[in-house]
Amino acid sequence: MMPFLLKRIGTGAITLLLASIVVFAMLDVVPGDPARMMLGMNATEDAVQALREQMGLNQPLIMRYMSWLGGFLVGDLGRSYTYSVPVSQLVAERAVVSLPLALLALFLSTAIAIPVGLYSASHRGKAADTIAMGASQLGVAIPNFWFALLLVYVFAIALRLLPAGGFPGWTAGTWPALKALFLPAIALALPQAAILARVTRSALLDVLGEDFVRTARAKGLSRNTVLWRHALRNALIPVFTILGLQFSFLLAGTIIIENVFYLPGLGRLIFQAITQRDLIVVESVVMLLVATVIVVNLLVDLSYAAIDPRLRGT
Amino acid sequence: MSLLEIEKLCLSIHGKTILDRIDLSLNQGEVRALVGESGSGKSMTALAVMQLLPYGAMTTGNIRFDGRDLLHASEDEMCALRGDDIGMVFQEPMTALNPVKTIGEQVAEGIRLHAKVGRAVAEERARHILDRVGLPESRFPLTRYPHQLSGGQRQRVVIAMATALKPRLLIADEPTTALDVVLQAQILDLLRDLVHESRMGLLLISHDLAVVADMADQITILRAGTVVEDGETVRVLSEQLHPYTRQLALASTHVPEIRKPPASTIASANCEKPLLSVTNVVREYPGARIGLFGRAPSTRAVNGVSFSMHERQSIALVGRSGCGKSTLARMILALDKPTSGTIEFEGVNLVGKSEQELRPLRRHMQVVFQDPYGSFDPRQTVARVVAEPLHLLDEKLTVQERRDRVAEALSEVGLSGADLDKYPHEFSGGQRQRISIARALITRPKLIVADEPVSALDVSIRAQILDLLAFLNNRQGVAFLFITHDLSVARAITDRILVMHEGRIVETGDTSSVLDQPTSDEAKDLVHASPSLHRALKRRMQEQG
Repeated sequence: MMPFLLKRIGTGAITLLLASIVVFAMLDVVPGDPARMMLGMNATEDAVQALREQMGLNQPLIMRYMSWLGGFLVGDLGRSYTYSVPVSQLVAERAVVSLPLALLALFLSTAIAIPVGLYSASHRGKAADTIAMGASQLGVAIPNFWFALLLVYVFAIALRLLPAGGFPGWTAGTWPALKALFLPAIALALPQAAILARVTRSALLDVLGEDFVRTARAKGLSRNTVLWRHALRNALIPVFTILGLQFSFLLAGTIIIENVFYLPGLGRLIFQAITQRDLIVVESVVMLLVATVIVVNLLVDLSYAAIDPRLRGT
Repeated sequence: MSLLEIEKLCLSIHGKTILDRIDLSLNQGEVRALVGESGSGKSMTALAVMQLLPYGAMTTGNIRFDGRDLLHASEDEMCALRGDDIGMVFQEPMTALNPVKTIGEQVAEGIRLHAKVGRAVAEERARHILDRVGLPESRFPLTRYPHQLSGGQRQRVVIAMATALKPRLLIADEPTTALDVVLQAQILDLLRDLVHESRMGLLLISHDLAVVADMADQITILRAGTVVEDGETVRVLSEQLHPYTRQLALASTHVPEIRKPPASTIASANCEKPLLSVTNVVREYPGARIGLFGRAPSTRAVNGVSFSMHERQSIALVGRSGCGKSTLARMILALDKPTSGTIEFEGVNLVGKSEQELRPLRRHMQVVFQDPYGSFDPRQTVARVVAEPLHLLDEKLTVQERRDRVAEALSEVGLSGADLDKYPHEFSGGQRQRISIARALITRPKLIVADEPVSALDVSIRAQILDLLAFLNNRQGVAFLFITHDLSVARAITDRILVMHEGRIVETGDTSSVLDQPTSDEAKDLVHASPSLHRALKRRMQEQG
């Protein structure tokens, strides 16, 4: 287990380094000068040049990369060009919105998908299964931003149950904050849940055809007991694989959803930073997202070993 | 009253008739064998008793267990019976256990369910029964997972699960078919003891008449879903009154009649250079990783093996599962590299050759596997499957030439050219094995390595395939290396035999003399454990006087 973990941490670090090079190089190629952006279109060439000098934008690419990377290693992410505050502070402020949103969406999608998958698998071919799988087909097909608008229309405008957008901040209390995150989380979660429910169902049906399920039935276990005690855990590996892959889509989805619901999260931050050429912010947020995806995938791999003793390498 | 009484049982699945008026009865303390070829309905009869039939099954007739009507029992009643009064052991021990649960959990689960006892008590009883089936806790703690056990050990766990609550009826569906002969003998002994100990009724499903002759008091022979004959085992199998019974008995002891041409030609062949010579071959596997830097000591799957074989010869490589015979075969076919030693084919050392250099040699050695279906791509036609090795030839063939060669190879194995455009699933098990032999023959090889070529086949088909192999060896002059744990196959079609044990060859000689008078302990064990219809009948007739 230890060598495996060390190896994975090592490859994770290398992936991060490669990602940092790609991100840095790509943003350098993108047209648009941050200094001119900051000073406005009417600024004189001299003023822009002076600012470029001050921001270190005149140094060669490799030097800028090295100093940025060096800052990263000691926890200094630099200062935002547009907001003139440390990037770390900016990211931290936004992460307290985006992280709970992503986790809530992940929780909702799993909490919806696994019971639906279990129910469908145990009622295979019956009306309930057909309806659930039909609905999931729809869920896969509908884009989440359109679904988000639908949710706003029903729950915020027609029923007036939940806020249509904006975020009161955690200082306003946990409940109002959670209420503000609820609709966006559902909009993010449902398409994911639809895919996950289908995967859960088919993984369970595969397992239910295995010999050991028949052995368990021959022991006197009822169909449902076998489903819970024997089939579910064996079916979790494909489910966790999809869950891990979906997490990065979830993060990408927050960029759109946060804009639809006007949430001050990382998604909105990166969107605005790109339009304003606030490159240092974009780089930091992208690196944060890459790191999150790497960690999530590591967790998924570790979960495999927890589920299946054959993968523990003993 | 009988323990189990089946009357006029009919079963259809999605309208297709599987069983037609089956009658069968079994008393306490009795062993009844249910014999038949694949598809005869043996397993379906067992599953009907368990009420675990596949979706779409319709049954009529009567199944009474201890006077209770099982066909009309509710699911709850059946759950209460299954695992408690009726236990079942399945054929495939490798997949019969849940891979993510420990053996202790799996054995204790049924005990907790039926005996309504707590975890600790159930585990104590699980410990006891596992000890009883030969898995003492000192060597096999309850915390072991199935993958940490061998096939024979797993089958013991399955038997422990099925017998933990001393069922009054045990159904064993081909319990030893996947095991080697020595393990088979041990498992059969265990089942016999359990029957004597608690007067359990045993319904033993098997295709192997020798096993049945040894074990069963009563026998029921099934064919295509109907009972052909039933009665006392020794009488039915020795008198062989019904033609189908006789056919089965003959097929299971079949020896091909085609013999070698006069010995003089063989002798002259022996003076030539050997076709294959294996010298001091070792194959080492690195041990499992322990901790950060440590490794368990490496294991030698093949440990200093030397032998040679000549053209037209037929050699058996026998041994228990895990003795290294398949690893050796893979190295001979240059699919695996020896750690040390040399393997010369037609005087050329295969070790260290690149794939490019091996190509002209591969043409002359082909392989036939145990499971013909598993070795075919289901989406390829027979023409493509059989033509596959033709790329090893130097000449480029036209489409028509390829088809001609395939048709020729198919006719040699008894199939027709009309089968060219069919797919593998359209053929029966025996025909598929013929296709895989045709695939091996198409390059006109000098050596065919056959890994358990008949062990997945029914006895009558097995007899036909043995005839075919004998014909190819004796008339066409193809040398065969047979890898098998079935000594009757070795006896039927080979001249020489190599007995392998734990990576070494422990005995060699003429097949019949080694099998009649083995000298090494390992060979004696094998010979003693392999079931034989004649021997079993003789022993039981003596017992009965």
